[in-house]
Order: sequence, then structure tokens, then C-alpha cells
Amino acid sequence: MNPRGVRYLKLILFVLSLTPALLLLEGALSDALGTNPVETLVRDTGQWTLRFLLITLLISPLRQLTGQSQLLRLRRMLGLFAFFYALLHLSLYIGLDKFLYWDEILNDILDRPFITIGMLAFVLLVPLAITSTDAMMRRLGRNWVKLHKLVYVIAVAGVVHFYMLVKADVTEPVIYGLILAVLLMFRLPAIKRWRPFRA
Amino acid sequence: MLIKKPSDISPSEITPRETYRDRRRFMQQMAGLGLGGVLMGATGTAVAGYGGKPLNFTPSTKYRVDEKPTPYEDVTTYNNFYEFGTDKASPARRAHTLEPRPWSVVVEGACAKPGRYDLEEILKPHPLEERIYRFRCVEGWSMVIPWVGFPLGDMLKRFEPTAAAKYVVFETLYDPEQFPNQRGRVLDWPYLEGLRMDEAMHPLSLMVVGLYGEVLPNQNGAPMRLMVPWKYGFKSIKSIAKIRFVEEMPTSTWMRANSREYGFYSNVNPRVDHPRWSQQSERRIGEWGRRKTLMFNGYGDEVAHLYSGMDLRKFF
Repeated sequence: MNPRGVRYLKLILFVLSLTPALLLLEGALSDALGTNPVETLVRDTGQWTLRFLLITLLISPLRQLTGQSQLLRLRRMLGLFAFFYALLHLSLYIGLDKFLYWDEILNDILDRPFITIGMLAFVLLVPLAITSTDAMMRRLGRNWVKLHKLVYVIAVAGVVHFYMLVKADVTEPVIYGLILAVLLMFRLPAIKRWRPFRA
Repeated sequence: MLIKKPSDISPSEITPRETYRDRRRFMQQMAGLGLGGVLMGATGTAVAGYGGKPLNFTPSTKYRVDEKPTPYEDVTTYNNFYEFGTDKASPARRAHTLEPRPWSVVVEGACAKPGRYDLEEILKPHPLEERIYRFRCVEGWSMVIPWVGFPLGDMLKRFEPTAAAKYVVFETLYDPEQFPNQRGRVLDWPYLEGLRMDEAMHPLSLMVVGLYGEVLPNQNGAPMRLMVPWKYGFKSIKSIAKIRFVEEMPTSTWMRANSREYGFYSNVNPRVDHPRWSQQSERRIGEWGRRKTLMFNGYGDEVAHLYSGMDLRKFF
């Protein structure tokens, strides 16, 4: 793929990635998010965070399988969208779901393991978003790669957060977990060496 | 059999749809809904089964909270009824498979009059009344709902429970043909709930057969469900097919699913947190902000004495 093709692909992906947020905003403004719109907003932004984490983690294996190294140039944007949805998710939880009841929010973070873990995942995402610029990459050098391995911890924490919050039916979080497991398997040295489509 | 099949009901007995729609609109306005009710009539709701047929009842003067009732649309499309799926929209969409007539209820255990009773036989002697109760879900949301029913205690007395009856157990009908999600194993079916005898005999405990002046829609637990307004919603079991008087405290479905998180009493209590949800506050459906949750859901004056001397942190 030539650089121009990548630029177009990036633009299309940018619009696609923003679409769920715009649809939620439109739904909220037109009162179309169902009986409990706050629940819908918090739940959906959380799910999009997880989806973008998984999509971001898919890029490396995809490059490995197809040999298309240009794919790497999409990864930063997708990762930043994961952060964007995580930020929305957290802000909606604090501002709308808990309506700035700080004592309750603090209790939630301290006493409720699924919220503790979700909060931890968000806190770990912040340095990754901050160090996502070219300048930061240059400055951190080899350490940048080490730091950004945190995304594995974050993704696992995200899935565990989802798994722990469902009351009885764990089907959905288990599906996310299985996809994540497959994506993480590609990081194993033995599988990393596998190059099916490369000359 | 007293139960009428749909084919036995002559057309003249059935209220025209427009008439009861008007009636529903009227009821909602009476219930203090104002403009919202008028708008709702235009959107309409898919109500499965016999839901929507008007009922004869007297509005209770004693039991009506002075808060704005939650619109009919929300009460009938946002339901936790895992027998039809675990998301809240599923029951309204899928509950058409439930056939609330004919229906019978098995009464067993420590009582003088056990047996299988036709629903009509059970309902017949009880005049219906409308009560507007607060409804608080353990998940942290709440509604205000005008139920139609009769005191649970009045019904239980007819079965003449013996001195050995310390608790009463209720079971939802087990029939995967009618409740498709019972094929899965999300919960240990049939759904089972129970009350201590004094809780069951408390005048606030209601056997519900309708809401908003009409027959209970399937998704809300047709043909007959429990309503215990000072406890979290999951205690108020739906589509009851079995009543059993027992001596020992039963293990409810949610206790079996997760005994650390769900206790037998499950009284609404802002001071005892659920491991997943703070219970200090709640979102009233239709509002953006949060309200403080009231002890015993605001029914403390009536029911607190039932638990005097009990450590409600231990007996949660």
C-alpha cells in the first residue's frame, strides 16, 4: 500500500471510529437511548473502549499475517480512540451515572473490585495516550516499546472489569476474553516467527 | 372450568381497543402523569397476552405515594425477567410465548388446604385495589408504579397455613416452551423466592394482577406476581405457579447464584451496600440526576418493626 492509500484509509477509519460516539450523542439529544439513557451511554462507551483495545491489538498480528507493514501506521489512531472512548466512559460514569456524588464514587473505586480494576485500566491508559506523539517516541526510544506493552495489562483488566460487572450471563465478556486470548497468543515468541505470506 | 379460552369470549365482552386506549390515557392522567400520558397514547406499546384489558378496581386511598408515576411505556419495556433474556428489552419483545390463561397454582406444604387451584378460583373472592408503590431495583434504578392487586395475606389465609409455616416460598412456572430462556442456564430454574410469614402477612405485601388499571402484560409477570415494595425488585417474583409453606428459611434463586451478594431479606437499605452497586442513591427512571435511597424504600414506618433487634448488615 502506498502512503497516499494509507492516508485515505486513515481518514475513513477516523470517521468510522467516531461514528459510535456521534450516534450516541444523536440518540441522547433525540431521547432515543431507551428507558435508562444513562445506563445505555455508560455501557455502550465501555463496550466501544474494549472493542477499540481489541482492534488496536489486532494490527500487529494482521501485519504479521499479511506482510503489510503499512498497517502499523493505523495503530496509533486506533489506540487513541480506545482512550477517547475510555475517557467518555469514565466521564459519563462520574458526571451522569453518579452525578458527581464524590463520596459514592470514591467508595465505588475503593470497595468495588470491578470498578477498582476499571479505574486502574484507565489510569494505565493515560501515560500511553500522553506518549503517543512522534516526539515522545523519539525521546523515550527503547523504553517507549516497554511502556506501551502496558496495553496488554490494560486489555486484560478491561475484560475482567466487564466480566465482574455482569450479574449472571457472562456470555459477552467471555467472548471478548476469547478474542483477547487469541490476540495475545500472537505475542508468544513461537507464533511471532510464523510468517505465512512473506516471501 | 371457570377459565375462558379466547374463543369462549364473545366479541361484546371485549372492550374495543380505542376505548381502553382512551381509558389507559385517562388512568395515566389520573395517576398524575399529565402531558406525558397523552403523548404515550400516540406511541402505543406491544403488550403481549391479555395485558391491556381493563380491570375493575378501587383506588386505594391509603397506599399511594405522592410521586409522579413512571410512564406505562417504560414500565412495560424495561424489565428484568431472565426467563425471557437477560437484557431489559428482551421481555417486552419475547414474552408473547407466555400463555397466562389457563393458569393454575399449586399450593403445598404446611397448610390445611393444599391442592391445585385454578387461577380464577384464587382470584375470585378478592376485590381488586390500585396501589401506587415505589419500586427499587437492586441495580440502582427505581420507578413509581400503579399496581392493581389484593393483599397477599388475604389469599394466604385461605389456604390455612399451620403453626409449622414459618416461611412461604413462591416459584415461577417452569416451562421452556413458554419461557424460552429457561433452556439456558443463566439461573437455576425455576425462579424461587420466599418471605418470612410475618412479611407475607404484612398489609403492604401485594398479589398483583394488573398495572395502570389493566391486566398485567406478560413481560411484567402475568398472570399473577408478587409486589413487596420495601424489598429490592427481584424479591417480587413473577408468573407464580407454586406456593409452598415451609418451616425452614428457603434458599432463593439469587442466593443460590451468589450467596455473598444476595441475602434472603434483601430489604432496600442505603446503609448496606451490594458488592456491585452502592445502594446509597438511585436513578428514578425518567430523571437525569440521582435521588437518595430511602430506608426500606420509604416504607420504614410500616415495616421497620418486622426487623427490630436484627443486625441488618448480617441479615441483608
